[in-house]
Amino acid sequence: MPKWFSPAAILCGLMFVVSPVLIARAPDEAAMGMVYKIYYYHMPSAWMFLLAPLVCGVSSAFFLARGRPEDDRRAWAAAELTVLFGALTLITGPLWARRAWGTWWVWDARLTSSLVGWMIGWAYLILRRYGGPGSDKLAAGVALFGAANVPFIYISVNYWRTIHPPTTVVPRLPVDMGVPLWFCVFAFLLLFMLLMTMRLRLEVARARLDALYVAHDE
Amino acid sequence: MVRSMLLMRTFARVAVLVLCCAAAAPAAAHGQPPQPQDEFVPVGNSPAPEQIPAAPLLIGAYVIVLAGLFTYVFSLSRRLGAVQRDVERLEGDLRRKGRA
Repeated sequence: MPKWFSPAAILCGLMFVVSPVLIARAPDEAAMGMVYKIYYYHMPSAWMFLLAPLVCGVSSAFFLARGRPEDDRRAWAAAELTVLFGALTLITGPLWARRAWGTWWVWDARLTSSLVGWMIGWAYLILRRYGGPGSDKLAAGVALFGAANVPFIYISVNYWRTIHPPTTVVPRLPVDMGVPLWFCVFAFLLLFMLLMTMRLRLEVARARLDALYVAHDE
Repeated sequence: MVRSMLLMRTFARVAVLVLCCAAAAPAAAHGQPPQPQDEFVPVGNSPAPEQIPAAPLLIGAYVIVLAGLFTYVFSLSRRLGAVQRDVERLEGDLRRKGRA
């Protein structure tokens, strides 16, 4: 692991310990009440869910253009994080919606495009697992669609009719609500970097193992 | 001419009458006693958001996020450990082969 990994992991752990204290001290929202506080973990998860397919798509584009295995490994790691953070977003969102909207799910542009993005992440992983030889390039093509879906997810709340809050709520947050939110965003971003590093290390170790098996058989 | 004037006057009277009735209707309705309730609906079956408790949803969300992240980190470190053990074993085998 790189030198910065252990201090960053300790800092990230501390941030996740402190975050519930900050969230508990933040005020309730006037219309939604206490359940609004799901936002402090839902939104950072959702941002990582947008970041991961972008990393996956850009790395896949580089892999298709240059054919370097490092790009492919980064794309694979990011695809797994797409599925992880997508699951967290798609679980915490309905828990919030149940109380705030009175329903678990609505088929509006934001929720549907998020579900599609999550399914594209799964499609990438399934292709890599069961696709056989040549699936790396096929999966890279799928990853490009996943990245193209990201701007659509982001702007969907501003352009189509939906009951989901628009993107403008974040810059308009008062300080006592904004500080815990940005604290959680940085904690999730740090966690994302740590998980990417660990996942990349796994891929490097697997590549080394494959090379050793070949050398062992010869 | 006279006939059309008469028609307009009649129309104006009818319009005034209709407007007066329309204006008086809500007040009349307000004054009426409420209709008797023909069925009782238990509060637990109401889909209104204010009937849904927030705490279990809030706590559930945080528990799911932390448990999900912990499970993923645990699974990743297990996979990494298993692959690294295999790498070390094969490297040892190859070293022994090289010596032989």
